[in-house]
Amino acid sequence: MARMKFLADAERCIECNGCVTACKQEHEIPWGVNRRRVVTLNDGTPGEKSISVACMHCSDAPCMAVCPVDVFYKTSEGIVLHDKDLCIGCGYCFYACPFGAPQFPQDGAFGLRGKMDKCTFCAGGPEPDFSAAEFTKYGRNRIAEGKLPACAEMCATKALLGGDGDVIADIYRRRVTTRGKGSEVWGWGTAYGKPESKPAARPGAKS
Amino acid sequence: MRKLLLVAVAAALPLVAAGCGEKPTVTVYKQGQYQGKPDKQPWDNEQFKGDKVAWEKALKARNVGQNEYERVAAH
Repeated sequence: MARMKFLADAERCIECNGCVTACKQEHEIPWGVNRRRVVTLNDGTPGEKSISVACMHCSDAPCMAVCPVDVFYKTSEGIVLHDKDLCIGCGYCFYACPFGAPQFPQDGAFGLRGKMDKCTFCAGGPEPDFSAAEFTKYGRNRIAEGKLPACAEMCATKALLGGDGDVIADIYRRRVTTRGKGSEVWGWGTAYGKPESKPAARPGAKS
Repeated sequence: MRKLLLVAVAAALPLVAAGCGEKPTVTVYKQGQYQGKPDKQPWDNEQFKGDKVAWEKALKARNVGQNEYERVAAH
């Protein structure tokens, strides 16, 4: 089994936040914690790009390197998981992570920083599979059920792919070679013809 | 006067020597050893009963199912 990876296709993502909702619902994640979120660049302008971001389960994860209590471990499938029982909520992993994946629930009257929570690739944690303890601390263990992460499986446009790195890389490669480039990709060219076959653009018209 | 000069040289010497003794300041991180509870393999549960091949087959079917070029052509 190769390494499990996520792949976000910016050309397909329509910023529907279905992945965010699927994740929240699947794991019953509390208010204020977002294991996954959608980031949009150049929001509001034609050709804006969105990608879905969560823990990318790095091959050489910086969170693992900086954790002072060594709560992180990597499964045989390359999924980065952690033991919440040992977490001291210091936040070092948050500063080390380039994706902002670690999340800290705020508890109590003074906004106390709780134990770190992050995307588990729907693989639970070091509690017995399908146990109540596992669900409460880490959420549902879909990987042990033979399923892929809920966010990727829920994605309507399949912009977010998740699973065996080799397989999803093949899917993405075929997609890129099939769909072309430029306005063909995001629909305008497909619906209204290619830009080069159109007459000169009127002022204010979309390209 | 000469004594004062000697004292001044003696006082400046550690500063000069400190320049020669500079140490590398780039931190090299070392991976720590996991301190938490051991986790089982995803196929070691009631559903797959340790059958790794069945688990991989189930996961691969879902993996390949993400390719709509294959999925649509199959129907």
